[in-house]
Amino acid sequence: MSLRRVVSLITVPALSIVLGLIAAGVIMILSSPLVSSTGSIDVTLPLVAYWDLLQGSLGGFDAITQTIVSATPLILAGLAVGIGFKAGLFNIGAQGQFLVGGVAAAGVGAALAQSSPLLAIPAAVLAAAVAGGIYGWIPGFLKAYTGAHEVVTTIMLNYVAIQLIAYLITGPLRAQGASFARSPDVGAAALPILIGRNGHLGILFAVVAIPIAWWLMYRSTVGFEVRTVGANPDAARYAGMRPRTIIILTMTACGLLAGLAGAGEILGLSGYMPAGYSTNVGFDGITVALLGRAHPVGILLAGLLLGAMRAGSGLMQIDAGIPVQMVDVLQGTILFFLTAELIVRYVFRIRAARAAVSELETVTRSYAGQTTP
Amino acid sequence: MDLVLHLPVIGLLLQFVVYLIGVMITNGALIITLSTPIALGALCGFMNERSGVVNIGIEGMMIAAAFAGSFAAAVAQGGVAPTGGGLFGASLPLLIGLGAALATGVVASLVHAYLSITVRADQIISGTIVNIVALGATAYLSLLVSQRPPQSAGSFSSLTIPTEIVQVPVIGWLATTFLRHGPTTLLMLILVVVLQVMLYRSRWGLRTRAVGEHPRAAETLGIDVIRLRYRNVLLGGLLAGLAGAWFTLDYGNSFQPGMTNGRGFIALAALIFGRWTPVGAFGAALLFGVADALGTAIRQSPPTGDLGGFLAVVPEQVFGALPYIVTIIVLAGVVGRSTPPAADGQPYEREATAR
Repeated sequence: MSLRRVVSLITVPALSIVLGLIAAGVIMILSSPLVSSTGSIDVTLPLVAYWDLLQGSLGGFDAITQTIVSATPLILAGLAVGIGFKAGLFNIGAQGQFLVGGVAAAGVGAALAQSSPLLAIPAAVLAAAVAGGIYGWIPGFLKAYTGAHEVVTTIMLNYVAIQLIAYLITGPLRAQGASFARSPDVGAAALPILIGRNGHLGILFAVVAIPIAWWLMYRSTVGFEVRTVGANPDAARYAGMRPRTIIILTMTACGLLAGLAGAGEILGLSGYMPAGYSTNVGFDGITVALLGRAHPVGILLAGLLLGAMRAGSGLMQIDAGIPVQMVDVLQGTILFFLTAELIVRYVFRIRAARAAVSELETVTRSYAGQTTP
Repeated sequence: MDLVLHLPVIGLLLQFVVYLIGVMITNGALIITLSTPIALGALCGFMNERSGVVNIGIEGMMIAAAFAGSFAAAVAQGGVAPTGGGLFGASLPLLIGLGAALATGVVASLVHAYLSITVRADQIISGTIVNIVALGATAYLSLLVSQRPPQSAGSFSSLTIPTEIVQVPVIGWLATTFLRHGPTTLLMLILVVVLQVMLYRSRWGLRTRAVGEHPRAAETLGIDVIRLRYRNVLLGGLLAGLAGAWFTLDYGNSFQPGMTNGRGFIALAALIFGRWTPVGAFGAALLFGVADALGTAIRQSPPTGDLGGFLAVVPEQVFGALPYIVTIIVLAGVVGRSTPPAADGQPYEREATAR
């Protein structure tokens, strides 16, 4: 890939981030009377907040470790969404697949808490991958054989996952004697810490997943079939590929990746799953995939960026008084400008050739088509 | 009959059907109330998709409107002297809140209209952006507001029905089921009928259907496709705003982050199930209302006999998940036989005109 092509690929996402930061800053200024004790407009609030974000994510070894730890599930979820994009599928269900994977890891980990880590860790991680995979298989199967669009079914499955976890954690998986509803400690299945305070083994899942995903997508036959089905299911079928099988396979792989992210969070960070476990990984994964243009390397970079925001958001809340939810707003504004390339081009006077994410254009078409592939 | 009811599986199923019918009769009003945001959301989707714009951002529009409505009403409550009473117990703060909710729905739909019609971005992604911003911004702002919570302005009350009418056997039931509601629910019932008639009997309806099926042909006949799409998407935003008002000004009186709980997405499924017609979508919304009300009904008046014993074993989360599972089953079962407008989801690019 030539340098010029890389620059042209990165320009719009980078400038979208700039505009997104400015727009979110305006929201912060407008809401500053609610933040400050004096109740007046504070124009410097965004500067303080962004400085905190920077300090909390890159200021020192611990902060950088935290950024990498926060980025890990985002990269995996970003792949779970991005690989779907390649096949013309919009997987909004990374959230549910993550939760199901997490609870499977918590359950198997708790059952093997007294055994050897050499047995407990692989078993718990495998359970998470399988559970996430099954949870991705369901919408894939429904899409392939009934035409039910994955956007709606995966969102519904996210809500079902929340209920499923509430049932499991308050019921069969509940830890005896805990002060609140949670699963027992995973004990031997806890992932070992590799670097810093909490840089756990799960980081390697993302590190390994990126090259594998790249190779599968761009160098293997199955990846070629996935991309062909995404670009044109009819042509794919005519060429002897089986779009149904590819769709199911892709959704299962997406679920597997999101499930792995869940395993990393439960086994590596908390060590158990509480009943009210809440996460935003699913939506974050969408931002990561779009920002990274559904390319594994782009997803890696976008995941690190969002991971840095998540890592710094704690300091921002404590120091500037801006709730961590601001990061969600920030993601939304960045995505807005990324999608409205027109505005970015206009503001920065760029005349670049249209570098649209062509894979994404198939998503709506498949929604409105509503036909079985 | 008594013997049949005690057969292993069939008996249980029959008992359940009998119980379900009972729930539907005694909780008719609750079912219609609970289906209000879904029906209004589906009407919003109807306005969009009939003119060829897919709107997955209904959820976000609803929650943004719900927050704006509750916040504006509460702020107004502190500013003006509450002059309650009147129809639906409408006070000035409540009306201001309603106005804010409607306006927010329109603003949110303007973002979607701009991205999907003018920029011609992928409409699913455009809707997702609306969702992400709205869910994030409302969670952010509600946390800020909750540090110094303003007093809630309360909520609209239901239409009062004279006791003489309520006591009449059938008419009384009809009146309490269909009329004893807050303003958003009653408006929804009216809109379902009005939009259904308008779709097939008015110039606007004909034009909307034309633009949704074949925009190029519509343009040839002198219809401004872009303008009509904008107008319909913005009107749809008004409906999503009304749905948002239901959450914080009608059914409830306070805001919680994420309180729409996927109703906007269920509305999309209702629209598909209802084959892109207002009355059909309302029927589908009622189905989800039943699934929603069932959990409440079982908690309040559990069935007796075998069925009661069986349902007591079923964890409550099953009923919590029921509306979502019903949505998936409906989509999987019906989608193949439900045809969307032909141009649904396709950005429209005007042909270059000679100047």
